[in-house]
Amino acid sequence: MQKNLLRYVVWGGVCALLSGQIMAAGWSVSDLMQLLGQKKAGTATFVEKKYLGVLSQPLESTGQLAFTAPDRLEKRTLTPKAETLVLQGDKLLVERSDGRKLSVTLADRPEVIAFVESIRATLAGDRSALERYYTVSLNGSEEQWQLTLTPLQGRMQKILTQIRINGTRAQLKTIAFQQADGDHSDMLITETSSK
Amino acid sequence: MKLPSQKTALGIWLVSLLAAVLVVLNTTFIADLSAFMPKTPNVRQQMLVEQLKEGAIARLVLIGIEGGDATERARLSRLLAARLARDTRFSAVQNGDPATLARDQSYFFANRYALSPAIGPDRFTASGMRQGLQEMLDAMAGDGGLLVKQLLPRDPTGETLQIVTQFMGEAGPQTDQGVWVSRNRERAVLMAQLAESGLDTDRQAVALDGIRQAFASLPQRQASTRLVMSGTSVLSVASRDIIKSEVERLATLGTLLVIGLLLLVYRSFTLLLLGLLPVVTGALVGVASVSLAFGSVHGLTLGFGTTLIGEAVDYSIYLFIQRDNRQPGRFWRTIRLGVLTSVTGFAALMFSSFPGLAQLGLYSISGLVAAALVTRFVLPALMPATLGVRRMDKAGKWLETGLDRLAAFRWLPLLLLSGCLVLLFTSRHEVWNRQLSSLSPVTQAQNQLDASLRSDLGSADMRYVVSFTAPSHEQALQQSERADKVLAVLLKQQLIGGYHTPSQLLPSQASQAMRKAAIPAAPVLQVRLAEALQGMPVAADKLGSFLTDLAQARQAPMLTPQSLAGTSSAVLLDSMLIQRPQDYLVMMPLRAAGDRLDTDKVQAALNGYGLGHMTVIDLAAETSGIFDHYTHEAQWLSGIGCVAILLLLLFSCGWRQTWFVVAPVACAVTGVITLLVMLGIPLTILHLIGLLLVVALGSNYALFFADDHHQRAVEENRRMELSLLIANLATVCSFGLLGMSSVPVLSFIGSTVAIGALLSLVFAAMLVRGRRALHP
Repeated sequence: MQKNLLRYVVWGGVCALLSGQIMAAGWSVSDLMQLLGQKKAGTATFVEKKYLGVLSQPLESTGQLAFTAPDRLEKRTLTPKAETLVLQGDKLLVERSDGRKLSVTLADRPEVIAFVESIRATLAGDRSALERYYTVSLNGSEEQWQLTLTPLQGRMQKILTQIRINGTRAQLKTIAFQQADGDHSDMLITETSSK
Repeated sequence: MKLPSQKTALGIWLVSLLAAVLVVLNTTFIADLSAFMPKTPNVRQQMLVEQLKEGAIARLVLIGIEGGDATERARLSRLLAARLARDTRFSAVQNGDPATLARDQSYFFANRYALSPAIGPDRFTASGMRQGLQEMLDAMAGDGGLLVKQLLPRDPTGETLQIVTQFMGEAGPQTDQGVWVSRNRERAVLMAQLAESGLDTDRQAVALDGIRQAFASLPQRQASTRLVMSGTSVLSVASRDIIKSEVERLATLGTLLVIGLLLLVYRSFTLLLLGLLPVVTGALVGVASVSLAFGSVHGLTLGFGTTLIGEAVDYSIYLFIQRDNRQPGRFWRTIRLGVLTSVTGFAALMFSSFPGLAQLGLYSISGLVAAALVTRFVLPALMPATLGVRRMDKAGKWLETGLDRLAAFRWLPLLLLSGCLVLLFTSRHEVWNRQLSSLSPVTQAQNQLDASLRSDLGSADMRYVVSFTAPSHEQALQQSERADKVLAVLLKQQLIGGYHTPSQLLPSQASQAMRKAAIPAAPVLQVRLAEALQGMPVAADKLGSFLTDLAQARQAPMLTPQSLAGTSSAVLLDSMLIQRPQDYLVMMPLRAAGDRLDTDKVQAALNGYGLGHMTVIDLAAETSGIFDHYTHEAQWLSGIGCVAILLLLLFSCGWRQTWFVVAPVACAVTGVITLLVMLGIPLTILHLIGLLLVVALGSNYALFFADDHHQRAVEENRRMELSLLIANLATVCSFGLLGMSSVPVLSFIGSTVAIGALLSLVFAAMLVRGRRALHP
């Protein structure tokens, strides 16, 4: 990271862009995916802030994330309202604070799959799953990378313009969703365990 | 006994025949499920009957379009839906078109202030609105936030969410190109609802043909595309058609076979026709009696009742072949005892609470008595003075030799009996079949199609239902609201996985009025809203038309069933709230949280809230319960019938004769039961009927053998034995054919009777006739 900064200092504005490309040539999407794919399981806490046009303040939610390769992702929201999403394969199980559970089959909802795969496929290092729904581009270095996902489907584009995922090596740090209506949300992830 | 003169006998016969024909001509023949329904049902059975008759299950037709490509299937789906929508035989057709979906969404959104279960008197106070808004913000912070935030400006208190939450967890069909498709996307699926409820199979068949014709005539339809259908109506029409064609085919074949056999024996058309007189008379009188006693005759009774031919034709065979009997008194005494034995056996059936069995009992008794009377009093009058029957002395001699050989095996039947009993009691096979479906003639393929279409359409199997009746539409909705509150608690406790009530779609007028009254006038509302928004991250100016919408809702006319026109919710409402001549029937489907639902707990909860008049039904359990009850009852009745036959024989011919009649029949019946059970065919109610027939036929054989032969000439005896063999052959042939049917109901009766009758004759020859061969 220091090395990176040094280069910025030395080469300056225009060169920085160029250097980014050079870096990317040495640090490719495949490299990142391979790195991510080696992880078998991990847990983290998250803080998500939603910036919505209708509201004068961002909405904050917090909770825990757990991922088990290859396809189980659990998002346990604790505040402001408890809610658990368990994604396993093709099934999404929602458990609400009132105790009600419902199960959704993802095959029925292409938009939800696209949404879900942005995180799950990234965690699993599943490049082909990502590229099914997004144009994938990578910036930065292994130490500090940014993966940019742009939806391919028209239906998805109407909702979401871009997803930016920042991370260090095999660790995700932030996920930012940019919505088509100008609203956006940022999720800050702190890893608590990793295998 | 003084015989009536021949003329009188003929006269009585002709008049009775004419009367029977007149009654039969005015008889309604029904082919619905009513024969399977108890005569005096309990509350749950009554609800089951109503559900089967008028509920959504009975009226739903599941349709699939296969073949071609996705675009073609979608086009055909739209065209077919449009055609059927114009057809008055269907009250609704759905294929998942976005327009219907949009109508549903706009109904719920536009009327959210009338529909939201969260609206009570305090909902639009400052604190009430603040609470609603906070819930809305929490929901926006959660995973569904993306969708929820769009609602905020017009619905800041989250009424739409409150409504939608009620329908959470439903798995609807998938959509492709604007129409519903199957899970594998290779089939477009539609749902049609028959406009009229009830069980009339004929009209269902016509309506279903309407769908087929509509599909066949769709413009530019690719030849590779095809229509598949399922649903209760489709299955019942299919099973009726299968039974009908099988009965016709087998009855024709059987009749031809019996006629051929009789012609071979009699060599005379006159005798053949005369021989059929008792059968025809018996059948007509049987139908007429059932019609007079029950008001209508079920198709099943007719079908099973043709088995009567088996015994009725025997009488004339006995008469013609043993015509030269020098002791007609003895001959008629034997026949009379045979008829009485059969009548006693079938009389037990008449006490069944299963109308199908009761009808069959009456049909058999009146038919047999009529056939016997015709044989006794009419045939002798019509018989030519010299019968053209071949003298079959040679055959008689051979038969005698054969039977003599059999007599050496007189130890065999009893040995077999003990062997069978040991096998039966040690067998691990289930003796009784508990599945109603074991009687269904529907093919495996059709059942699979049904299951796959059901899963495509995500239509609940409607196994669990809460049902009640109410005197008025408004009452029905108010009761439904009370039930809703209880069910909501059960849902939270995960005792049930989901439910529907009519009031979710259309609240009672009382609730609507209460919700309207909760909305204050605009100036008051404005002040309260300002107060509610204090410290909240929402500015009043962002809340667009919230106030206008509320002001409108305050003035809006009451929602009525017409307000739902064109929505899929209208179909759902229609299936849950059914208007009947005298009252309203409400049926609210429940979903299980897991595999099963504990109906007792749900019932207890309803009772606890003072809703004891509502009944929770597990349709599957209730149906098999009824079937179990019938089987159990039929077992008892057959047992009583057997005891009655035993007593009859004991009183009329003493214990010795009784033993000779009972032993071979008992051995034959046990033999058949053991054979079936060992083959892994558990017994059904139909096997029981078959066995009763075996008792009736077999006791006739044994009675003839047991009748004191010392007083009979050798010649006469041979003819008697020959007549038994021919009667037996006729029975085995016609029932053997039935036994080969692919329809379980027919094959059960057929195989039971064919095997049983044959065994009865052989065992009677061994046990009863054996005495004479060994002790001349």
